[in-house]
Amino acid sequence: MIGRDLLAISDLTAEDLWKILETAEHMQEVGRRDIKKVPTLRGRTIINLFFESSTRTRTSFEIAGKRLSADVVNFSSSGSSLSKDESILDTALTLEAMAPDVVVVRHGVAGVPRRIADALDAPVINAGDGAHEHPTQALLDLFTVYQEKGHLEGLSVAIVGDILNSRVARSNIHAFTKMGAEVRVAAPPTMLPVGVESLGVKPCTSLREAVDGVDVVMVLRIQLERLSGALFPSVREYAATFGLDREKLRYAKDDVIVMHPGPVNRGVELAPDLADHRPSVILEQVRNGVALRMAVLYLIAGRAPAPIAEPKQ
Amino acid sequence: MPNEPTVRTEETPARIETRPGDRVVLDNRGIQRALARIAHEVVERNEDLSNLYLVAIPNGGVPLARRLAASLEKIAEQDVLVGVLDTTLYRDDLVASGERPALRRTEMPSMVDGRIVILVDDVAKTGRTIRAAMDALMDFGRPSRVQVVALIDRGHRELPIKIDYVGKNIPTHPQETVELRGYDGSDDDPLEVVVHAEVEDAAS
Amino acid sequence: MKRVLIQGGRVLDPQSGRDEVCDVLVEGGKIAAVDREIAAEGCEVIDAGGCWVTPGLIDLHTHLREPGQEYKEDIASGGRSAVAGGFTTVACMANTHPVNDDPSVTDYILDRALHDSPARVFPIAAATQGLKGELMTEMHALVAAGAVAFSDDGKTIMDAGVMRRVLDYAHGVGRPVIVHAEDCTLVGEGVVNEGLVSTRLGLPGNPATAEVIQVARDLHLAELTGCHLHVAHVSTAGAVDLIRAARDRGIFVTAEVTPHHLALTDEATLNFDTNAKMAPPLRSAEDRDACRRGLADGTLDAVATDHAPHAVQEKDVEFTKAPPGIIGFETAIPVVLDLVREGILSPLELIRRMTINPARILHLEYGTLTPGVPADITLIDPEKSWVYDPAKGYSKSRNSPWTGKPMQGRVVSVLVGGEPVYDVERGILTP
Repeated sequence: MIGRDLLAISDLTAEDLWKILETAEHMQEVGRRDIKKVPTLRGRTIINLFFESSTRTRTSFEIAGKRLSADVVNFSSSGSSLSKDESILDTALTLEAMAPDVVVVRHGVAGVPRRIADALDAPVINAGDGAHEHPTQALLDLFTVYQEKGHLEGLSVAIVGDILNSRVARSNIHAFTKMGAEVRVAAPPTMLPVGVESLGVKPCTSLREAVDGVDVVMVLRIQLERLSGALFPSVREYAATFGLDREKLRYAKDDVIVMHPGPVNRGVELAPDLADHRPSVILEQVRNGVALRMAVLYLIAGRAPAPIAEPKQ
Repeated sequence: MPNEPTVRTEETPARIETRPGDRVVLDNRGIQRALARIAHEVVERNEDLSNLYLVAIPNGGVPLARRLAASLEKIAEQDVLVGVLDTTLYRDDLVASGERPALRRTEMPSMVDGRIVILVDDVAKTGRTIRAAMDALMDFGRPSRVQVVALIDRGHRELPIKIDYVGKNIPTHPQETVELRGYDGSDDDPLEVVVHAEVEDAAS
Repeated sequence: MKRVLIQGGRVLDPQSGRDEVCDVLVEGGKIAAVDREIAAEGCEVIDAGGCWVTPGLIDLHTHLREPGQEYKEDIASGGRSAVAGGFTTVACMANTHPVNDDPSVTDYILDRALHDSPARVFPIAAATQGLKGELMTEMHALVAAGAVAFSDDGKTIMDAGVMRRVLDYAHGVGRPVIVHAEDCTLVGEGVVNEGLVSTRLGLPGNPATAEVIQVARDLHLAELTGCHLHVAHVSTAGAVDLIRAARDRGIFVTAEVTPHHLALTDEATLNFDTNAKMAPPLRSAEDRDACRRGLADGTLDAVATDHAPHAVQEKDVEFTKAPPGIIGFETAIPVVLDLVREGILSPLELIRRMTINPARILHLEYGTLTPGVPADITLIDPEKSWVYDPAKGYSKSRNSPWTGKPMQGRVVSVLVGGEPVYDVERGILTP
C-alpha cells in the first residue's frame, strides 16, 4: 500500500502502481495547460536533500513540486555541510526542525532514505539510494511504456547493463514484474548480482538473447569512472558486446522502444543515432518524469497525520 | 490504465441499485424536464448563444452537461461546446483527508477567453466545489461571464456562492448524502437522484 | 571460613558429565563438594530451585575496548556486562589502541581487570605487530605477561608466508593462534552476505567463499606447522565442512561460533539495520543451519559472543560506514537456549561449549565444578521471560539486534571465586 513514504517499489502492490500511473496521467494534462500550475500544495514545503549530485532528478522533483505550488528548497552536497562530517541523521533532523512537508532524499548508500524516514516525521521520497532502488525512475519508466504500448501485462522487457550496481534496474525489475511483464537482464556475468533470478527475471549473457522478440529495451548507463578495468576489460569490448545499436536491435519486435535513464554515454552503451531518434523514447521519459513526480507528491506530500484515535468508550 | 471515472462501480447493473435508506427524489423523466427548463432559462438570460461553453464538473456534471447541451442545441440550432473540468487539485480540504482523492479527467476542448462559461454540477451544497471550479477555470483563461447550473440544490451553503439555474431544491439533513446515480459513460443511460440517509450498517 | 551452599538446582558440569538436581558447596572460594543433600549448617544458602547451576561461563572472544576506546566500553563496564550475561571469564582481543602487541599493554589490561572487573579477564595478544600482518610479536614475552593466545582478530593475515611463520613460532610458544578468516581481496567492499539479500538490497556482498578459502589456507598451514589453530566466528557451511574434515585428518584445530550466527540470517539486514551488520556477515539459513549442526556434532567447540561494543553515533550512519559487530554478553544465554529448546543440543552439551571447551582451548583451569577449583558458578533460569533493553544492561554500548525483543532464559546469579558478583534482582554486587 502507498504509505507515508515512498522508499521502494518492492513495498508497493500492482494496485498502488496503477493508482500512481493513473494520477500521473491526470498530471500530464496539467502539464499541457497554458498555466501549468495548480494550487494543490500551496503552503507546503518540499526539501530536496541530495547527498549525491543529480541535476536531472533534482530538477524534475523541483518542477513537479512547483507545478503543485509547493515551495521547493534544494539542499545538496556541494555548498552545504553535507560534504563535511555532519552525520546524515543530524542533517535530516536539522531539516526536520524547519518543518518540511516532504523530504526527497538521494544518497549514494543503499538504505539511507529508510534510515532518514525512520528518524523524521515528514514523509520521505527516495530519489535513489546506492544500488538499491530509484522508485520514481521506475514509475516514470512504467508510465512511458504504458503510454507507448497501451498495456503492461505480457510485455517483454530487456534491461541491459550493470545490473549489479544499478538502482534503476532493481526498481524496474520490481515494477515491471509486478505489472505482469516478463523481464530479462543482460550483462557480462561480472555485472549480474548473485541469484538475480530470485527477483523474478531471466538472466542473459548475450545481448542478442536478451533483445530477442522484446517490446522494450532499457539500456543502463555504464559508470565509466567507477567500473573501467574492474567489471569489464575495456570500453571498446563493452561497446562491442553489450552496446546497443540498430543492428543488434533487429532481433527485437518491430515496434520495440529503447529507454535510458540518462545521461547517455554515446557510443558506449547506446549508439548515437539510437539515442537521438525513434525507437528511443529517452526524452519522453524525461517529460513524463515531471508528471509522474507530481503524482507522487500529490499522493504523499502534506497529508495530515493519522487522526488521533478517540479514546474507547 | 483504469477506465474513465464513473459514478457507478465497474459492473453496470441492469437497474439502478437501491440500498436500504434510499429515497429517489428525481427520476430520469424529472431530470430531463428540469434540464429542458434550465435550457430555456439559459437561452432567456444569454443573448449570444454562439459564445456558450458548458463546463461539467465530474463526475455527475458530465452527463447533465451533455444533456443540457443537446437541449440547447435544439433550441439554438447550433453546436454548444462542452468541456470537463476536474476540481480536485483545487480543493481546500486535501490536507484533512488521509487518503488522497482520485483525480478525474479534465478535458477542455477550447479556450475559455471571452466565453460565457456555464459550470454544470449535479448537487450543490456548501459551494466549495463551485469555488474550486471557478479557480480552476481562471487558470484556463478569462471568461466573459460565469454562471452555475446545479441539478439539485441542498442548501447548507458555506461560501457566498449563488446558483444561477437550479433543477430542484431539496431540503436535506447535512448528514444525508444526495447522489446522481446511473451514469456509466453513456449519455442514454437513465439517471436518478437519490437521497441516502445515513443508515447504521450492522456489518461495520 | 565462609561456606556457601547452592541448593536444589540442576547441576550441569560437563567435565564430569553430571546432570542432576543436587547441591554445590563452596568453601573458601573454591568448590568443596557437589552432592545430593549436603547439610546446610553454617552455610549461607542460595536456593537454586528451578535453575541450572553451571560452571561460570567462559567467553573466549570479546572486545573490551580498553585501552583507547573507552567511549565504547572499558574493562569495568565490559566485565560487569560479562557477569550479567553469566560469563565469569572472558578473553579480550588485541585490537585496542594501542594494540596489545607489547607486554606493557598486556600488563595494563590485567591490572585494570584486577581492580575494575568482576569477571576474570585474559588478554589475547596480537599475532603481528600493530595488527599489520607483517612482523610477529614477542610471543614469549607476551605469554609471560599473561597473554593466553595470539590473534589479529578483525583483520586477516593475508600474507601466507607471514601466517606460516606466526603459526610456527606460536607452536613453539605452545599457544593457539586465533584467526579471523576472511580473504579480504574477495570481501572487497562487501558489507552483507553475498546472496539473495545483497541482490535485493543492492548492498555490496561478501561471499561465503571468502571465509571458506581463508579457512582452507589456514588449515593447511596448521597441518604444515603443527600449531593449534583456532578459527573464530565460523559463519559458513563450507568452513564447518573443512574444519570437520581437517579434524578427522588429525589437524590441531578448534573453532567457535557466535550466538548471532547461530540465531540470525542475512534477512535481519533487510531493513538496513546496522545492528545486524557483522564481520563475518550474517549468512544464509543454510549456513546458519550448518553452524548449528557443526556445534551439535562438536566440529565447532565453543560458543563465543564476539562482544563488540560500538557507540550509537558510530552505528547510526550509512550501512556501508557502520562498524561491524554487536554487544553479546547479556543476550547470549537466552539466544543459545533456543538450540536446546529446538532439540539441537542438550543442556549439558550447550554448557560444555560455553565452559570447559573454551577453557581447554585457552589452557585455563576454569569451566568446571571439580572440587578444589575456584568457585566460578553461574545460575541460569532457563524459563524466565523478559524483554531485552540494552539501556538497562551494563555495557556502555547498545548495538544489539535484540533490542526490545522478548527473551526466554536469563542468568539469575553469578559467583566468581565463591563471591556473589551478580544477581538479577540486585544487579552487580561488587564495586
